[in-house]
Amino acid sequence: MRVLLIEDDRETAHFLQKALKENGHAADLAEDGEAGLAMAESGGYDILIVDRMLPKLDGLAVVKSLRTIGHRTPVLILSALGEVDDRVKGLRAGGDDYLTKPYAYTELLARIEALARRSAPEEQETRYTVGDLVLDRLAHRVTRGGEPITLQPREYRLLEYLMKHAGQVVTRTMLLENVWDYHFDPQTNVIDVHVSRLRGKIDKGFSAPLLHTVRGAGYMIRVGAE
Amino acid sequence: MSAPSSPLTRPRGQRIGQLLGTTTFQLASGIIALFVIAAAAIVWMIYAQTNVLLTEQVMTGLRREAEALTALARDGGTRTIDRAIAERSEPRGVQLYFLADGRGVRLAGNLVNVPTEVGADPRGGVFRYVAPPRVDAQQGVDAGTRLAVAIPVPVGPDRRLIVGRDVEDQRAFADKVRRIFLVGFGGLAVAGLVGGFMVSRLVVRRIEDINSAARSIMAGDLARRITTGGNGDEIDGLAQNLNRMLDRIEQLMGGLREVSDNIAHDLKTPLNRLRNRAEAALRENGGAGGYRQGLERVIEEADELIKTFNALLLIARLEAGAVEENMEVFDSGALVRDVAELYEPVTEEAGLSLRIDATGGPQIKANRQLIGQAVANLIDNAIKYGVRNGGVIGVQVVTGPDGLDISVSDQGPGIAPEDRERAVKRFVRLERSRTKPGTGLGLSLVTAVARLHGGTVRLEDNGPGLKVVVSLPKRLYSE
Repeated sequence: MRVLLIEDDRETAHFLQKALKENGHAADLAEDGEAGLAMAESGGYDILIVDRMLPKLDGLAVVKSLRTIGHRTPVLILSALGEVDDRVKGLRAGGDDYLTKPYAYTELLARIEALARRSAPEEQETRYTVGDLVLDRLAHRVTRGGEPITLQPREYRLLEYLMKHAGQVVTRTMLLENVWDYHFDPQTNVIDVHVSRLRGKIDKGFSAPLLHTVRGAGYMIRVGAE
Repeated sequence: MSAPSSPLTRPRGQRIGQLLGTTTFQLASGIIALFVIAAAAIVWMIYAQTNVLLTEQVMTGLRREAEALTALARDGGTRTIDRAIAERSEPRGVQLYFLADGRGVRLAGNLVNVPTEVGADPRGGVFRYVAPPRVDAQQGVDAGTRLAVAIPVPVGPDRRLIVGRDVEDQRAFADKVRRIFLVGFGGLAVAGLVGGFMVSRLVVRRIEDINSAARSIMAGDLARRITTGGNGDEIDGLAQNLNRMLDRIEQLMGGLREVSDNIAHDLKTPLNRLRNRAEAALRENGGAGGYRQGLERVIEEADELIKTFNALLLIARLEAGAVEENMEVFDSGALVRDVAELYEPVTEEAGLSLRIDATGGPQIKANRQLIGQAVANLIDNAIKYGVRNGGVIGVQVVTGPDGLDISVSDQGPGIAPEDRERAVKRFVRLERSRTKPGTGLGLSLVTAVARLHGGTVRLEDNGPGLKVVVSLPKRLYSE
């Protein structure tokens, strides 16, 4: 994945560049809004990570300009401003996701991978399959090894999201935002309990677990152990 | 920063100069000047008018007598005139006469001499004459020249008659009036200026009281107040209002200090833990595995710290009313049910059960995320502080006559009635919350969310346990 990082803080930028490289992504760096906009316009990136406060041209302005000229590359906005209305402003400007500083690198990585996947054309899939686990989006039915599994509506949506991002780390915050549409801190490990219930329904009694916990990051659904 | 010295301690000249420059003094003296000028104009007009009238009267009398004497001369000839003048001439009379023959030799009359230009001008003239001394009981000896008006009277070719009137008394009267006017208005002007000066001094002194209080407050003496005269006038009213404002500011400052103390506590404690963990990992020297574990715990602490920081920041922003923008219309009952369902598994794991009664919630226009967070915090608190095993957490949405009540109740130890008011105050944390996991700012955040929507938070007795009621105003759904 080719990443363009528009970030004026060198230390953060170099940390991210290095970390992304370790995860197999190539990251270019632009240190101000104008340079970032120029580089993004030249194209060829799978995802843009844009800091909200940038010298010369503000991050939101960069995203707005890109969207105005028809660039559809997914954008993750990074910001120290984290309140509900800041988020909404970020998304309204054309950002696809919004992450508040300070953030965990695993969260950032999970989100950009999910974003890059989202822009892929397989969005319209009607069936998700992970091993012998099948989720039929049209019939709203889940089977494992041909056996039907009964899920609560919320459990179904949870599984749907996990399977849509099969093979990718999905963080608790991402689940809370995408499955429940909540953008606040639930204080306790509510998500963990929901996931463990789901796991009880899809993995219990099967020798090969599909729903894995990724330590310090979140969850991942895939075939085979970690 | 040097405070300017008070005008009351300045040299006298400078003080008066400053006083003369005040608005009060300028207004007072301006008004006085206006009144004095207006009064002087009126009085001067009356004076002039009176003068004209008196002169007119004298002249009319003179002319009438002249006509009579002319008629007498026509009818009786020079002899009759000579006799009449001799008869009419009193030594100190008001009526004055001068009769001479054709060559100018004086024949009769009580005037010894008349200036020739008066005799030559048919309209007559004004002149001074020497009157014989008179002994007056009141004024003593009155000697010297007196003022007279006179006109020539045609009484035939061989006589020159000039008839006049003594107007010395009128002149003296006019003089006196003029003097009185001058002295009176002069006095009035001086009195006005002095009065204006005094009034301004009074006002300036009281304003200076306010100024000096303001200066010492700016210099840091926050407890200083403006002294009030107690007579309830407008300056007193101003001073009282300013004092009330200062009280309010001091109160807010006190609140702010409490807030920053609490923030310091809330952030320093986890910071200290974070540091301790890092230090412990270094000290124990547990190899790569030990360091790894230490670092993971440090990150955990950092995450907790970030959560607390975010909560504090959000509360502060809500208190400032800065999140008005994102109001949307949603089903309050559905939201509450939804959030409660999110917590249902956790509640069950904690050995509690959740009873949700949220069917009566209307569509409201509010910030969905914040209301959701508030409900989440309340349920989270109920799980943390509610009694374990078999306890029931009740989540309810009820519409009442005054608005919408969202309540979450537990069966835990509750909060003592005397602590309830304090517990919902912003940033106040009861001691027991500091020992529990989490930021402990949950209820403060709920209060801030309620306030942002114009609502309130009440703590009630659930018998046993605590019932937290978030009341949202009717306008959120009746509009």
